[in-house]
Amino acid sequence: MKVLIRGAGVAGLTLAHELATRGAEVTVVEKRRQIAGNASWHAGGMLAPWCERESAEEAVLSLGRDAADWWNAALPGHVMRNGTLVVAPARDAAELDRFGRRTSAFRQIDAEAVTALEPDLEGRFGRALFFAQEAHLDPRKVLLGLKEKLVQMGVRFEFGFGAVQAPGSPGIEVDCTGMADTRPGLRGVRGEMLILRTTEVSLARPVRLLHPRIPVYVIPRSGNLFMVGATMIENDATRPITTRSVMELLNAAYALHPAFGEAKLVETGVGVRPAFADNLPRVERDGNTIRINGLYRHGFLLAPAIARQAAGLILGHETKKELADEAHR
Amino acid sequence: MLELYGQQVSSRLLLGTALYPSPAIMAEAIKASGADIVTVSLRRETSGGKTGGQFWSLIQSLGVRVLPNTAGCHSIKEAVTTARMAREVFGTNWIKLEVIGNHDTLQPDVFGLVDAAKILAAEGFEVFPYTTDDLVVAGRLVDAGCKVLMPWCAPIGSARGPQNPDALRSLRGHFPDVPLIVDAGIGRPSHAATVMELGYDAVLLNTAVAKAGDPVAMAAAFGKAVRAGRQAFGAGLLEPRDMAVPSTPVIGMAAFS
Repeated sequence: MKVLIRGAGVAGLTLAHELATRGAEVTVVEKRRQIAGNASWHAGGMLAPWCERESAEEAVLSLGRDAADWWNAALPGHVMRNGTLVVAPARDAAELDRFGRRTSAFRQIDAEAVTALEPDLEGRFGRALFFAQEAHLDPRKVLLGLKEKLVQMGVRFEFGFGAVQAPGSPGIEVDCTGMADTRPGLRGVRGEMLILRTTEVSLARPVRLLHPRIPVYVIPRSGNLFMVGATMIENDATRPITTRSVMELLNAAYALHPAFGEAKLVETGVGVRPAFADNLPRVERDGNTIRINGLYRHGFLLAPAIARQAAGLILGHETKKELADEAHR
Repeated sequence: MLELYGQQVSSRLLLGTALYPSPAIMAEAIKASGADIVTVSLRRETSGGKTGGQFWSLIQSLGVRVLPNTAGCHSIKEAVTTARMAREVFGTNWIKLEVIGNHDTLQPDVFGLVDAAKILAAEGFEVFPYTTDDLVVAGRLVDAGCKVLMPWCAPIGSARGPQNPDALRSLRGHFPDVPLIVDAGIGRPSHAATVMELGYDAVLLNTAVAKAGDPVAMAAAFGKAVRAGRQAFGAGLLEPRDMAVPSTPVIGMAAFS
């Protein structure tokens, strides 16, 4: 079976992997000149379905709980299974209780246990929630690594696809273009992020800092880098990050550890997450065209499950028109 | 029926549109609450972008009246500019005027608020000022042209409920003819019922619904509490007293003889 996938973000690449593994002949076309720059590129890369359940529907947990296994199988060595640490400044300790009420699969831990997990946070937080089953990955390494693997598997890539015609007539065409998909009902949720570099702090896992106004996370990456994210603004503008957002994100990093005050701000980024009104993804089929969209802030978490569903649909194992529909209310 | 700037309003619960888990849940919560006025912040949520209108059109599809607000403005100039933009975007003269004076407590800068209200009222805006429960400030706002007052009962998003019921009562007593809407600080339906029992005309809230475990159910609960409080106020509440009064009817003493 020949399949043409439009869009080389996390949705397109995971689908390409599912299809190529099952023997389909896959071409991926991407309007950008390279992988970098899309919403996936600016993602945090947290595989944290239990934490996300704080504000997300149950479907995000049920579809996302196997994501770490999928990524580990597809790209061994990239998934770090160190859990997630959730902390709150002393003033906002009630936020921890609220978070705990809305989530599951965590342990309440004390200051000593926080230090055991993250020695650099010693003495900074009296208690925390630890989600031991969660994992994270570096989205940029994973996107590039997956693309390389796909090339080796025989998947064809065309970049700058505006001018490129699909080779031959594909059996199936899949739209994974995220915000470039112009269908009604899809909206953009702008997310802004920073990358800091410092050798003065090290973390083994993503740390979420709860705050009544601006909850943020800090995710360690190799090379002494830390990704700090992310704002959630009901807006699809891609203009540069605002000073307010920089200020809020930096304040939060500083609240996590004052050494971030001396870190280098090496990058600011803006991505627009495609979302439907219920913030859940959809796989839809219309004849030979399939659309995958609405991964919202859960690209790396939900793309594997969605890709599996879409691959089943494409290769004829499934017949339902809207596969992801059971995830909908 | 409640009348705000000449418009009849059927529900005495006004809801904010921020912080919900998803727009779909927000829409369901608004329906469940029965609210027919929702507040929308212009600054961050809707300006710019090609699908910025998506959120806006979802709100429009609910058939509710929009009260744009100047949330997050810290100066008169910023608030006035935002109000003018909101008039363009939303096509209404209504504006919920917020001029924040303290970053931590989000307490209104009442001096800036009065000045900004004067400027906007002169430009034909119908101003809903977010203010404290201070009586003198309320008078200045009315002088500035405000025909509705929106005192807090506790800091925004604090869920603390009425911190100073006597001040709220006094405000009600001094401004019997100005619609009074408690804006900010309501945490639970009983808080909403409490201020409605004081004779307030309406309640505006957001976080208590949006951040509830089940926002839709909480919205419905608030709708009921606001109606109950209003109905109780109309029914005439019993004043507290120190003397116990038996409430079992005395039909006649049993005669044992």
